Amino acid sequence: MRVLVCIKRVPAPGARINITADGQSVDTAFLGFTMSPHEECAVEEAVQIVERNGGTSTVLTLGPAEADEQLRYAASLGVNEAILIPTDGSDWDAQRTATAIHDAIVAAEATNGAFDVILFGNESADSGGFQVGIRVARKLGRSMVNGIKGISFGDGTDGSPVAIAKRESDGGHEIYHVPMPAVLGVKEGINLPRYPTMKGRLSSKKVVVAQHAADPARGGQQLVTLQRPPEQASRTVVLGTGVEAAPAIVDLLVELGLA
Amino acid sequence: MTVLVLVEHDRGTFAPATDEALTVGASIAAAHGTALHAVTIGSAADALAAGLGDYGVTTVHQAHHDLLTDFGPDAWGAVVAQLITSLNPSVVLATGTDRGNEVMAQAAARLDMPMMANVLEFTAANVGEMTRMRWGGSLLERASIAGSTVLFTVAHHSVAVVRTEGSAAPAVVTFDAVLDAAQAATIVVDRAERVAGVTLATAPVVVSGGRGVGSPEAFAPLETLAGMLGGVVGCSRAVTNNGWRPHTDQVGQTGTRIAPEIYIACGISGAIQHWVGAMASKKILAINTDKEANMVAKADYAVIGDLHQVIPAVIAELERRRN
Repeated sequence: MRVLVCIKRVPAPGARINITADGQSVDTAFLGFTMSPHEECAVEEAVQIVERNGGTSTVLTLGPAEADEQLRYAASLGVNEAILIPTDGSDWDAQRTATAIHDAIVAAEATNGAFDVILFGNESADSGGFQVGIRVARKLGRSMVNGIKGISFGDGTDGSPVAIAKRESDGGHEIYHVPMPAVLGVKEGINLPRYPTMKGRLSSKKVVVAQHAADPARGGQQLVTLQRPPEQASRTVVLGTGVEAAPAIVDLLVELGLA
Repeated sequence: MTVLVLVEHDRGTFAPATDEALTVGASIAAAHGTALHAVTIGSAADALAAGLGDYGVTTVHQAHHDLLTDFGPDAWGAVVAQLITSLNPSVVLATGTDRGNEVMAQAAARLDMPMMANVLEFTAANVGEMTRMRWGGSLLERASIAGSTVLFTVAHHSVAVVRTEGSAAPAVVTFDAVLDAAQAATIVVDRAERVAGVTLATAPVVVSGGRGVGSPEAFAPLETLAGMLGGVVGCSRAVTNNGWRPHTDQVGQTGTRIAPEIYIACGISGAIQHWVGAMASKKILAINTDKEANMVAKADYAVIGDLHQVIPAVIAELERRRN
């Protein structure tokens, strides 16, 4: 089975995100970088699919030259091959990003054969557009389901091969059959990502990162400016300290009609 | 010139989140002096039409096809795209739930149109430029969107719903969708419902624990308190990463975004990725030993103390008053 996983280099979660003076981008001066949390799980899932079914895994990203760091991190976890679509680091809109990723996938498949499964994260941690994977799948003419927390493979109701994908819903979960080759958006919680081993770290340095140049037209949604939400002055009412606060907590619950 | 709202439902059961898109759609239609239309997908949802008048909907498009038996992102996306092509609306929106964002992206991909996800602020008279959530809402993006039809989703839990009960029922129009088996191949083929009771997304009370809880076993008092209040237990990402609770319990940007009547955050420092999942709560009570914790600073109410002592004391006080 050939598995592709698409990731995005983003500032590490938890850090305070500051904006540059012109309001056009995030000030990256003091930030560490990682891949989006959902994508860490997608990389782990790609490695596990190949461990279970045999085959090869490939990681792809669109971003600045520094995104090499995230590609090699994926390689250190067991991903076999890497593709970088280099940009100048500026923020590409979803349509432009999807076109570039689609074109790189078509080129990679022309050389090495089709990917049986393409994994994305449910949404990127930073821009959170919820659409790049869906746009890529549509351009490839393949089906996609987002929000996936479990993947296996089997036969559909008509006997054709499908990915069996599990997604949580408000009241439980849903099972989808996605025709192969399938595209799936993975959500955190599908697995617990492993940490790289020393051997993995060493071998990741030798992986050749294939470059795919792309510069498609911009899409219809464009950034005007980034803003921080207004900081609210703390208005916390301190109900008390330690166990002595228990009656005040119950009073509050009663006042809200909850107890 | 119409405004079109996607009605989310599950096999005919109305998704309450749709309230928000309908409210926003009504305000945009009013500002432009145009009609508010809605689309329901699959004949199972036909009965929803009558109630949509309460939001100001004047026409409901009921998309029908034999293959529209259950939710499927490809099929629903295809239906919305076909209706956009046929109706040529000026604005199309849904609420930014999992399904809402997914179907709107599927429709936008088919039409190669932009789609702005999770809009927080807008001016009803000009939706060509709006403010949307980034980083789960910890950063805002002002963005422009081009085209004669503007597609977007409204950030869930961001809109105060406006609804007038007993309004006139809308006109109903049947829309015959064109689908082939391949487009409808990806649908829900099986599902499991939780046994009963409230879920994290809908519970009126969420009692949540963070790293400060210390162990899986130490969640027992939180379970007891949640049970007494008709609520559920949630947790922070640190807790799921430690394997103490399943990811289904996780509140936050990559977990569940909640909006209970009260969120009781126990031993949670309140990293921004956690906060954005909890900030739609009506009231927040933080219980923490650290009075400088971010969660304490942002909460409506705080108790400075050890959750391992405070929670049992609250349980005892509740029991005392109930007897």
